[in-house]
Amino acid sequence: MVVEALIKEKVEVIFGYPGGAVLPLYDALFDADIKHIMPRHEQGGIHAADGYARATGKPGVCIATSGPGATNLVTGIANAYMDSVPVVAITGQVPVPLIGTDAFQEADITGITLPITKHNYLVKDVKDLPGMIKEAFYVSVTGRPGPVLVDIPRDVFVQEANFEYPERIDMRSYRPTYTGHGGQINRALRVIREAKKPVICTGGGVVGSGAQEELLKIAEMAQIPVTSTLMGLGGFPGGHPLSLGMLGMHGTVCANYAVTESDLFIGIGMRFDDRVTGKLDSFAPEAKVIHIDIDPAEIGKNIAVNVPIVGDIKRILGQMLKKLKKGDTREWVSQVDEWKRLYPLGYEYSEEELKPQYVIEQICKITGGDAVIATDVGQHQMWTAQYFTFNKARSLISSGGLGTMGYGFPAAIGAQIGRPGETVFCIAGDGSIQMNSQELATAVGNQLPIKVAIINNQYLGMVRQWQELFFKRRYSSTFLEQGPDFVKLAEAYGAAGIRVTKPGEVVPALQQAMEIKDRPVFIDFQVASEENVFPMVAPASPINQIIGGGKE
Amino acid sequence: MKHVLAVIVENRPGVLTRVAGLFSRRGFNIDSIAVGETEDSELSRMTILVEGDENVIEQVIKQLNKLIDVVKISNLTNESTVNRELVLIKVKAEPAARAELQQLAETFRAKIVDVSLDSIIVEVTGDDEKIKAFELLLRHFGIQELVRTGKISMMRGVKYIKINGEGGKSG
Ligand SMILES: Cc1ncc(C[n+]2csc(CCOP(=O)(O)OP(=O)(O)O)c2C)c(N)n1
Ligand SMILES: [Mg+2]
Repeated sequence: MVVEALIKEKVEVIFGYPGGAVLPLYDALFDADIKHIMPRHEQGGIHAADGYARATGKPGVCIATSGPGATNLVTGIANAYMDSVPVVAITGQVPVPLIGTDAFQEADITGITLPITKHNYLVKDVKDLPGMIKEAFYVSVTGRPGPVLVDIPRDVFVQEANFEYPERIDMRSYRPTYTGHGGQINRALRVIREAKKPVICTGGGVVGSGAQEELLKIAEMAQIPVTSTLMGLGGFPGGHPLSLGMLGMHGTVCANYAVTESDLFIGIGMRFDDRVTGKLDSFAPEAKVIHIDIDPAEIGKNIAVNVPIVGDIKRILGQMLKKLKKGDTREWVSQVDEWKRLYPLGYEYSEEELKPQYVIEQICKITGGDAVIATDVGQHQMWTAQYFTFNKARSLISSGGLGTMGYGFPAAIGAQIGRPGETVFCIAGDGSIQMNSQELATAVGNQLPIKVAIINNQYLGMVRQWQELFFKRRYSSTFLEQGPDFVKLAEAYGAAGIRVTKPGEVVPALQQAMEIKDRPVFIDFQVASEENVFPMVAPASPINQIIGGGKE
Repeated sequence: MKHVLAVIVENRPGVLTRVAGLFSRRGFNIDSIAVGETEDSELSRMTILVEGDENVIEQVIKQLNKLIDVVKISNLTNESTVNRELVLIKVKAEPAARAELQQLAETFRAKIVDVSLDSIIVEVTGDDEKIKAFELLLRHFGIQELVRTGKISMMRGVKYIKINGEGGKSG
């Protein structure tokens, strides 16, 4: 019955791992017309489902058994929740009569995931099953998307009942707003027309709602510079003259200056996270704020908003476009260009030492920027955000809100499965990749030609950087002395492995990797070990106080 | 400032946990919460007393609204309302003190609902002030146990909470 429901939902692929409580489901899957990918760890499975969802815009589906299977999903669920990714997780549960008795492999997964799911269900009666699965998908993908978990006891899987799948649903307790309020839109348009120094900031919501075209038109028509959060990269073409690059802690100088000096800040599908705003009192101190978001609870949560607009971003920007009148921003745009020219991103290139930034630049070059890039978490993630030019929506797949090490590789697997034939890179850290390297078996088994660029600095680099800057270089537990030989590791699984130690070897290695079409490849880029990510705004500081960039 | 929220929820298992969990997770302070079925058996109504300034209350309402099982939230703080709470108090009552207790109870329109050798249970309903005053008086006799239901609240006059009417959920 679950399988029938998944087919009704047009699910094409499931990432799942079997076990006792889901045996009946696996028996049904055995000859079902749905592709099933088995990861080597449930965390890998849910990250892959999450990566699939981010890459395709379709909900990602994963399965785990009761108890340890379900608890292994927890990090992945939290990750999807923080970044508003539509994932439906189906878990097995002990039979209904045993619930609450500490039965073998029992875990209260609906209780555990209450604060990290958009909603969850425990199906105690097979009659409720179709309706609950339908609701789960509906809730997951609509409004502000998010993970939904459906916990199904073993005996419910095997109960017989008439299968009637609801065609439509109408939930009186859940009705997202999609159309923007006309009055607020008019106010926003007036404020935009009057602004002399406006800035737009794109967040993950722009990508999620597929509003990139509308946004591009608005920015161009009104001549407004555009910055972005990490999650928003690709929502506006990074190579566009109006693009300022990323905002916040490791944002560009020009973006941080522009926001600080702006008289109008237009936040679109972003949530004013502390990594973006720095010290709140000093964030865009002169600016009026327009905030467009599908989630009313985000509006006014962290900063006061002058013009709130709740609804679907694509629709709202479409509504705005019809009446948009531009103000005069010529002076402002040239000021912003001046900052861009004075304070570009940069690093010291070296012939001897391999610089991580150089590696990312070359990946950007060789792919023409036309690739799906999944990242892990750390310095390499920030260098990717800085040195890869994301021109297309859904081209960056990265753990923003939760910052989950080990996310990148399984997410890349999900992305490659969702977008076969496209170039998928995983830019990984030498620390992070070890958190889910077992998924090499999954990637090899499914002949996925993922290119894993390991930025191997022999450190938990991002933590080391903070120790260097804020803890007197006391490198407590951040040296990764005992790293594996990544080339051999890859080869042990039947994947390809390449080692790169000099700048001159980067391009040939990438070319070689691009030629491999039938299996994953690990490229061990042995980079300078104490390189830092700059520019940087110290945590809880104003974003125009920048270390390693800007006016000293 | 104290606010009174009437929260209509789907009458499903776990819904109280969802609501209570939200308050603790987001650091909101609940003073009291009273729950029971409504005129529609599929719906329950929670009356929640919560402490906080306007911004906090706005967030509380918005976050509650995001819970899928929450159907409707009404802020009754600035409405003219009838408020009630029921309290049971077990007081020491030597035979000599009973007459006085009896009298007190009558003044407060409280009822003596159980009598034993050396104690009685008094039931009193009313608003906060009345209950406080009554409790203070009973302290002299020695309170052994006190239990309260939490406040419930309803708008006076023609206004009432329509489930699918204006102010319903969005977002
Ligand atoms: C699961 C998890 N544990 C710990 C952290 C804290 N943390 C953030 S970045 C980082 C270092 C990551 O090291 P590596 O993957 O080598 O990347 P680098 O910073 O060196 O590029 C750590 C430990 C985290 N984000 N996630
Ligand atoms: Mg590292």
